[in-house]
Amino acid sequence: MSSTALTGSGTRRGVGADPGAAPRRRRKSRLDPTRNNTAAGIIAWLAALFFALPVLWMVLTSFHSEQDAATNPPSVAASLTLDSYAQFFGSSSGVSPWPPLINSAMASVFSTVLVLLLAIPAAYALSIKPVKKWTDVLFFFLSTKMMPVVAAVLPLYIFAKSSGSLDNIWFLILMYTSMNLPIAVWMMRSFLAEVPVEMLEAAQLDGASLVLTLRKVIAPVAMPGIAATSLICFIFSWNELLLARVLTGVRAGTSPVFLTGFVTSQGLFLAQVCAAAVVISLPVLVAGFAAQDKLVQGLSLGAVK
Amino acid sequence: MTTTALPDTGRRLGRAPLLRPTARERATAWARRAPLMPALIFLIITTQLPFVVTIIISFMNWNALKPTETGFAGFKNYVEVLTNNDFRQAILVTIVLTVSVVLVSLVIGLVLALLLNQKFFGRGLARTLLIAPFLVVPVAAALVWKHAILNPTYGLINGVLTWIGQLTGNANPPQLDLLSTQPLLAVILSLVWQWTPFMMLILLAGLQSRPADVMEAAQMDGATGWQVFRHITLPHLRQYLELGGLLGAIYIVQNFDAVFTLTSGGLGTANLPYAVYQTFYFANEYGVASAAGVIVVIGSIIVATFALRTVFTLFKKEAAR
Repeated sequence: MSSTALTGSGTRRGVGADPGAAPRRRRKSRLDPTRNNTAAGIIAWLAALFFALPVLWMVLTSFHSEQDAATNPPSVAASLTLDSYAQFFGSSSGVSPWPPLINSAMASVFSTVLVLLLAIPAAYALSIKPVKKWTDVLFFFLSTKMMPVVAAVLPLYIFAKSSGSLDNIWFLILMYTSMNLPIAVWMMRSFLAEVPVEMLEAAQLDGASLVLTLRKVIAPVAMPGIAATSLICFIFSWNELLLARVLTGVRAGTSPVFLTGFVTSQGLFLAQVCAAAVVISLPVLVAGFAAQDKLVQGLSLGAVK
Repeated sequence: MTTTALPDTGRRLGRAPLLRPTARERATAWARRAPLMPALIFLIITTQLPFVVTIIISFMNWNALKPTETGFAGFKNYVEVLTNNDFRQAILVTIVLTVSVVLVSLVIGLVLALLLNQKFFGRGLARTLLIAPFLVVPVAAALVWKHAILNPTYGLINGVLTWIGQLTGNANPPQLDLLSTQPLLAVILSLVWQWTPFMMLILLAGLQSRPADVMEAAQMDGATGWQVFRHITLPHLRQYLELGGLLGAIYIVQNFDAVFTLTSGGLGTANLPYAVYQTFYFANEYGVASAAGVIVVIGSIIVATFALRTVFTLFKKEAAR
């Protein structure tokens, strides 16, 4: 698509006119992707610091005392303390953050496992031995993702209420499975499509069993994909608010629900709010930073391929 | 639900259709379909069924506080949604929010992707910092924006303004109160901050998939940086720009967390998802909420049709593999 764009734009005139001459060389080096680009680096770094500033500020404020947190101008160099964290985890505030953290962990981990159990066979059926009309099926999966949650949340609420599964973490786990399944099928399919057809055929010709083919040919290609898919499902479940707010309450409330209630119940203690935000974001931040490449790979493959 | 709008892709795999499939072939076809079925059935039950119920409720008089007065309402709820000023405002807010956040984060994301595609000192760390907004739990991010950044008395923005004022000898530097004077702008700002890294990641993947031979040919031909950008990079990135924009749009149309946390829908910042939530959760107007929900879906289908077409063009290439 893009390969023909250059011809006719007049840039070809330099060819052969003065081979090896200085101007051409300079132009070449400017486009050379291996060259260090200091100017771009400085701008990129400034932008990166600017974008990270609210996160860094949140972390710094969480280590300040309440007095130092709420000053104008900001007290950047104020002494650091763990008070806010102690108060957040301590019983002095009257509410323990542990149940919501455990609920979030359960909702994220179990729904991710369920998603993988459903998505991997489906992705296999859509990529390695594709069913007829596999693109239509894949588009159906994607189209369910485009339906806003608000359009289904009321029937879910009514159903949960009448069946007694309101404020039940397992019902939320099923809903998160449904929420992440389309993305997971979509991503896993692109990863499995990477398995070279020739290798599968060769395995078949050699009489390899399905299990052996899965283990030796498909698994090595699929493993990074499974990791990336799990990571993204985990993040989306951990972050979700609307369904959790509507479908859970006291017993099964997740961390985001807890966080929204935290401010109202505690009044505004800025350092404590920041500490709570840090604690609740920490699992995602750590997982995301540690597996950046997987995340990028997962997003771009899942989104673009 | 939206699949009907899709063109038939025509990729037929396996053997050409025979007039009468043998039992063996039918069995093979089912063996291929079997792994797909659990996921498909699960999704139909959990997403399509509730939506059908939403459509049914949208045609009913149903206020949860008046359980005896339920019945068929015809289009009354839809008329209510489309003539009610709050709902019309919510539709407008949803459009403004989605369009502005998508466009601004796409443009900034493109610039950042182009910068990060260069080689420079500490590029990996810079990328890590840039991903951070995408990784903070959205509610936590919204809380931090509301209380630690935008708060008029001790937020970071006014703190910095005071600090600059003190440095320049101005005892009363200008102070901002975005949350009460420009609440929608505050929501847009925090969402742009959160979505720019997402756009950057998709565009970065696009940049890295630029065909190397074409880039090399352009270098050999002595193309300038701008020429390469205009004639190679931009056409190549077009599909990634469209996709990032449309995926972003699908998520931002549905945004709940930022509106809920930053403004609680106050001061004319309620978008449709928030309005629907309020209508059924606090006003208990199940019928009206469902009608509004159906309208959100119709709007999303319009966006999604474009999205699916874009994905479809990407897809044709691979289907031809």
